[in-house]
Amino acid sequence: MDATKVTSVVNRRNFIFTAATAVGGFAIGIGIAPRDAHSATVPAQPWNDDHAYDPNEIDAWISIDPDDSILIRYQRSEMGQGSMTALPMLIAEELHCDWSKVRIEFASSNRNVRENGVYGDMRSNGSRSVRESLSKMQQVGASARERLIAAAAVRWRVQASECTAAQSVVTHASSGRSLRFGELAAAAAKTTLAAEPPIKRPDQFTFIPRPLPRVDVVHKTDGSAKFGIDAQVAGMVYAAIAACPVPGGRLKSVDESVLAGATGIVRVVKLGSAVAVVATGTFWRAKRALSRLQPEWEVGEAGKVDSEQLSQAYRAALDEPMLTARNDGNVDQAMASATKKFEAIYETPYLSHSPMEPMNATVDLQPDRLDVWVGTQAADMALDVAARVSDLKPEQVYIHNAFLGGGFGRRDSSDEIAQAIEIAKVVKRPVKLIWTREEDIRQDKFRPHAMVAFKAAVGSDGMPTAWSMRVVTSSIFKSYGIPFPADQVEPVAVIGLTDNPYDVPNTRVEALIKDTHVPVWFWRAPGANQHVFALESFLDEMASASGIDPYRIRRRLLEGKPDWLKVLDTAAEKSGWGTPLPKGSGRGIAICAFADSLCAEVAEVGVNPDGQLKVNRVTVALDTRQMVNPLTVAEQAEGAVIFGLSAALYGKITIKNGAVVQGNFDTYRMVRLADAPRIDVHLVPSGGAVWGGAGEPATALIAAAVANAIFAATGRRLRSLPISDHDLSAA
Amino acid sequence: MIAIQVNGTSRQIDIEPDTPLLWVLRDIVGLTGTKFGCGIAQCGACTVHVDGKPLRSCSVPIGGLDGAKITTIEGLTPDNSHPVQRAWIAEDVPQCGYCQSGQIMAVVALLKNVPDPTDADIDADITNICRCGTYERLRRAIHRAAELMRAKG
Repeated sequence: MDATKVTSVVNRRNFIFTAATAVGGFAIGIGIAPRDAHSATVPAQPWNDDHAYDPNEIDAWISIDPDDSILIRYQRSEMGQGSMTALPMLIAEELHCDWSKVRIEFASSNRNVRENGVYGDMRSNGSRSVRESLSKMQQVGASARERLIAAAAVRWRVQASECTAAQSVVTHASSGRSLRFGELAAAAAKTTLAAEPPIKRPDQFTFIPRPLPRVDVVHKTDGSAKFGIDAQVAGMVYAAIAACPVPGGRLKSVDESVLAGATGIVRVVKLGSAVAVVATGTFWRAKRALSRLQPEWEVGEAGKVDSEQLSQAYRAALDEPMLTARNDGNVDQAMASATKKFEAIYETPYLSHSPMEPMNATVDLQPDRLDVWVGTQAADMALDVAARVSDLKPEQVYIHNAFLGGGFGRRDSSDEIAQAIEIAKVVKRPVKLIWTREEDIRQDKFRPHAMVAFKAAVGSDGMPTAWSMRVVTSSIFKSYGIPFPADQVEPVAVIGLTDNPYDVPNTRVEALIKDTHVPVWFWRAPGANQHVFALESFLDEMASASGIDPYRIRRRLLEGKPDWLKVLDTAAEKSGWGTPLPKGSGRGIAICAFADSLCAEVAEVGVNPDGQLKVNRVTVALDTRQMVNPLTVAEQAEGAVIFGLSAALYGKITIKNGAVVQGNFDTYRMVRLADAPRIDVHLVPSGGAVWGGAGEPATALIAAAVANAIFAATGRRLRSLPISDHDLSAA
Repeated sequence: MIAIQVNGTSRQIDIEPDTPLLWVLRDIVGLTGTKFGCGIAQCGACTVHVDGKPLRSCSVPIGGLDGAKITTIEGLTPDNSHPVQRAWIAEDVPQCGYCQSGQIMAVVALLKNVPDPTDADIDADITNICRCGTYERLRRAIHRAAELMRAKG
C-alpha cells in the first residue's frame, strides 16, 4: 500500500467525486500502513489537562516545538463526524505546515472561560463544526504563518514580503536562506502583526479539499481511544441511576432495606426525580443493587397518558387555528377553483437517539475545583451546567472532553453531568455515573412526534398548483431553553416543509405547537427527519395519481435550479432510474435541503409475497457546496443513510401509562449488517461562498425514498412510520 | 477466587461470581477497550474471545470462567498489525468508534473459521450494531482483511 496516495489532489471545482467503488475502497485511494507516517496524530486520550503555560505557543490554538512538531488545539467535539481532522486541516491550509508534524488535542473549555472566550463556540451540533469555524480557523492559520515569516524576516533583516512559507519552512528565495518553523516559533510567539493577513478564497486553496483518513481512526481499531465511559480516577466509585419512568415525575419513596448485606454498596442517593445506587469496585454492583430497589414515584396526570391518546389529540388539533410559517400566492383561491385535489395525513413517532455509548459522566468534586470526564457535544455548555450545579466558579471547573460514542444531538444537554455532581456531593468521592441502556432510551429527550395534514390541487397537466401543509408537533426550542416569540413558528417545527425548493406557486405552511409531558430534543436533521418523509411521500402520491414519473415530476418542479437538478439527476442516473427491475422490486426517489446542503437519494427495495422487505441499494447525491475532506463527507452520508434507515424501518418510542415502553435494542431495533443496503455516495459540490453541512442531510430523506420504493414495488402507500408497523404481504 | 488469563497474563479475580466478564475486564483488570452497549448481548460492543470463541462479555458471568483464556481488543496485537485492524484503517471504517472493538473481535473470529467469507456468511455471523452506520466500509474491510490474511498465507 502506498502512503503517498493520500496526497492525491482532487479537482476542486465542478467534479463528481465517487466515494464508493465496487471493490478496493475509496476511489482516490487511502492505502495506509497501520500508522500513516504522512498523517497528523491525536493522542488516544485526547483531553486537555490544562498544563502550565507553553512557551512555544503562538496563540491559544497553535504551539510549535523546536523539533517542528505542531500542536493544534481543536475546540469542538469528535463523535465520528471528522471535524477533529477537518478543522486542523483548515488551519494547515493557511499555516503552510507539514501535516505529518501536526498533533491535535481538545482545547480547554476552562481556558476558554479564563481567556474571555478565546475558543468561541465549542459545540458540535447542527452540522456547524466546519461551517461556522471556517474563517476563524483560516485566520488562526494565516496569522501564525505571517508571524513566523515576520520573525524570519527580522532575523535576516529583509522584508517579510520577500519571504514565503511552505511545508513548515520559511524561505528567503533571493538569498537562498531558510529556517524551520521550530527555529522561529519562540520569536514568532513574541511577534505582533500590524494587521491581520487576508485569508484565502476557496479557489486559492492548495491543501484542501483532500481525502485524508481521520486522525482518530487508528485509536479506534485497537481499543485505546478513550471515551467518557473509560475515564479512571483514583478512588472512584460507581453509580447506577433510575429516573422516574414518567418524565416530569418525582421520587416519592424507596425502601433501601432490601440492599442490606449487599456487597460493596456505598449508599443509596435520592435525587428529586431519580434514585441512584453507589458501589465500590464495579459498576455491576451498583446496577445489580439498583435493580432490586422498587422506588415509588409521584407521576400525576402524566401517568395516564398513552401513545394512542397522543395521536388522537394531535389528529384533532390539525383542525385548530395555526401560525403561518410560509405563505406564497393564494392557496385557498387556487384550491377553490381546482378540479383535482388531494388530501393526506402523515404521522411520525417519537424517537430515541440511542448512541452506542450510553450516557455517562465521571466527576471529581473538591471544595475549590471540579473535574469532569465526559464525552460532550458542548464542552462550554457542560462547563456552565457543572459550575451551576456544583456552586463553583466557572474558572474552577475543568471539562475533560473525550471521544464521543455517538451523539446525534443527545450529548449536549449535560443532564448526566448534573446528576453525577449531585451524587458526588453526597458521597464525597470521585464518582463514575453510567446510565444503563434502558435508562439511556427511557430518559432520552426524544425526536418529537408530529403530524402533517396536506391538501393539494393539481392542474390539467397533473402538476401541483397549490398545496397546504399543516403541522402539529411539540416544541424543541422550549425543551432546549431557546427563547422564541410565541406568535411565530419555531423553524425546527417546519424544516423540510418551509424550505422545500419546489416551484409550486401557491404554498402555505402552518404549525401548531402542542406540548406533551414527553421531553423533545434536536435529533439528527431535526424537523427534516420527519417532514421530508411526509412531503416527499405526498408528492409521490400526486405524481402517481397523475401518471407522472416521480423523478420527472421533481425535475419539472425544480426547473431553473441547476444545483438542484445536478443532485437529482446524479442520483437518478447513478441508480439506473427507469431501468427494469424484477417483480416485487421498486425504486423510490426523494430530495431535501438541510444545513445549506442539497441531497437526493434513490432507494431500491424488494418486497417478497410474505411482506418481507429488503432495502438493496441506496444511491446518494450530496452537494455540500465546498468540502475540507471529501472522504469524511462521504462517510457521513453513508452513516446518515443507515441512521435514517433504522428510524424508517423500526424506530418508534411508544408511551404507556406515561412511560416509555422500549428499553433496549431488542425492542428498539437497529439496522444491522444484514439489513444494510449497498450505499453509493456521489459528491457533487457546486461551489460558492456558503458551505453546507455534511453530517445530517442524508438522514432526512431516506424514509421517503424507501417508502416511495415500496409503493413502486407493491402499490402500497405508507403514511406513517416506522415501516415495520405496516403489513406489506400480498393481499 | 477465579483464575483467568487475560491477554496472556494470569489473573486471580476476587468478585461475586454473577459479575459479568465485561465489568471484570473494565473495572477490575482496567482494560477499557471492551465496551458496554446494552447489557443483554444484543449489540456486541463487548465482544471478546473466550478460549478462542467470540462471546458477548456483558452476559457471561465470571463464575463460570475459571481457567478460561480471554483475549480482548488490547491483546489482539501490540501495534495494530492484525490484518483486520489494517483493513479497518485502510477503509477508514470507524466513525465514533465505540462499537468497533467488538466488531473487530467478531470479525477476527469469523475469519479464523471462514477464511474467505461470502456476503451471506458475513450477514449471518456479524450481527453487532453500529449506530453510526459504518456497514458499507465494514463489509469492504472484512473482504480486504480476508485478502490480506490469504496473501500472508
